[in-house]
Amino acid sequence: MTIEEIQNEIIDEFSMFDDWEERYQYMIDLGKTLPLIDEAHKTDDNIIKGCQSKVWVHANMNDDKVEFTADSDAIITKGIIAILIRAFSNQHPKDIIEANTDFIDKIGLKEHLSPTRANGLVSMIKQLKMYAIAYQTQLN
Amino acid sequence: MELKTMLDVQKIRKDFPILNRKVNGKPLIYLDNAATSQTPKQVIDVIVDYYSNYNANIHRGVHALSQEATDAYEQARIKIQKHFNAKHSYEIIYTSGTTHGINLVASGFSSLLKKDDEIIVSALEHHSNIVPWQMLCERTGATLKVIPMNTNGELILSEYDTLLNTNTKLVFVNHISNALGTINPIETIIEKAHAVGAAVLVDGAQSCPHLKPDMQALDVDFYVCSAHKICGPTGVGMLYGKEEWLKKLPPYQGGGEMISEVSFEKTSYADLPHKFEAGTPNVCGGIAFGAALDYMNAIGFEAIAAYENELLEYATAQMLQIEDLKIYGPEASGAKNKTSVISFNVGNIHPYDIGTILDKMGIAVRTGHHCAQPIMDFYKIPGTVRASFMFYNTKEEIDTFIAGLKKAVLMLS
Repeated sequence: MTIEEIQNEIIDEFSMFDDWEERYQYMIDLGKTLPLIDEAHKTDDNIIKGCQSKVWVHANMNDDKVEFTADSDAIITKGIIAILIRAFSNQHPKDIIEANTDFIDKIGLKEHLSPTRANGLVSMIKQLKMYAIAYQTQLN
Repeated sequence: MELKTMLDVQKIRKDFPILNRKVNGKPLIYLDNAATSQTPKQVIDVIVDYYSNYNANIHRGVHALSQEATDAYEQARIKIQKHFNAKHSYEIIYTSGTTHGINLVASGFSSLLKKDDEIIVSALEHHSNIVPWQMLCERTGATLKVIPMNTNGELILSEYDTLLNTNTKLVFVNHISNALGTINPIETIIEKAHAVGAAVLVDGAQSCPHLKPDMQALDVDFYVCSAHKICGPTGVGMLYGKEEWLKKLPPYQGGGEMISEVSFEKTSYADLPHKFEAGTPNVCGGIAFGAALDYMNAIGFEAIAAYENELLEYATAQMLQIEDLKIYGPEASGAKNKTSVISFNVGNIHPYDIGTILDKMGIAVRTGHHCAQPIMDFYKIPGTVRASFMFYNTKEEIDTFIAGLKKAVLMLS
């Protein structure tokens, strides 16, 4: 599936929920199932310090596609990471570079991507794109 | 538990327009008072009146507006002087807030310190209380020493005794810890510092909303606070300094107001307090600061402290019923050593998660390290959730907060 198709799928899933509680509970559950980053990659080099919560991201290239693994010490942050990784992982670097995160607004989680939120997510998205740019350069 | 309140809280709440608003569709429950307090309409009215009727630059004007603004600004200084029982009104320096006041003193001491001099700070400090002193030590070659704390979040005074010596020039401590609510024994700290000839600067940011510190009785050398913690506006605060000390310190910033005569050869500085008040000040802020003190004094600090202590005990008793909930700092009972701040965690749940869920329910708390990273390192935690109460909070709000907290824990476990 393309990034856009996955994002639309996520929007559909979230549209089933009636209120914030169901949305957050789902996100928390997603956070719990997040494929954890390999402990070996949970290093200071891979850490994004967000003041409130910490985020770790690792990337590697497999068959011209970028695979991301990530983790956070806060479960809600982790839930949003799970959603972002689902959309962006196993995609071609070029598609990752061009993708946007508007779908996060559409599922009612916009406030978590505010640059002033200090949870590390905005920096994390930048980091995902940076990895994609780096791998794209390798492919060229 | 029944609150034996002396305050008409429902009447008081009507003074605060913001308490009527909704957040995420729920009535706002504001428990982030240690970060900033809310503003009563009596203070808002003063701000509106200032900009509607007599906004002007002060001190140099010959016209009516300037005179009215100057009078109101200087009258507010006298209100602040009386409130804190300073000996002279010129010992009250208007600042932009606590951090500004601390930096003003730190900057002034850079000309008074030499190598091998020592500065003592407490382990309970806010970042803003540590960084200026580290910078000062770098500039002067002085050494920074730290009074350690115990696991109850209290300073270990026997260690303080061993740090003090004739090289100690300045001691720096907050009156109340912002992260834990600990009330520090500043009377003892001041007395012991004076015995070795050291000056003492007290950060009163967290104490001024709850107590009425008496500068002369404390015999403190410098005391700083911010208006926005005491129902006033942001961007204004005060530095109290004993006259002898303020005369010793050089001016902090150059500019208008702080000079008496200027030529290209030499500038002579203005008398206190203007020596430290360069440029056009926050005139409206100063006047509103005075109005905020009037408002709080009309309610009465004894009644405020008694009521807030009841809220603290009421909330603590209920919170301790929650499984795996740990409160950091002194236990709540007894207003002697703690103010109305509860810093806590539940099990391994991240404070950010609890804060986020509470916000969805309209409940405002603070999460994180509270700009007091050394304290969090001491407890080996990423941060805490902090609920802090003011006299306009109610028992019903605490009940809703507790129910919300239980729900958040359930969702996050």
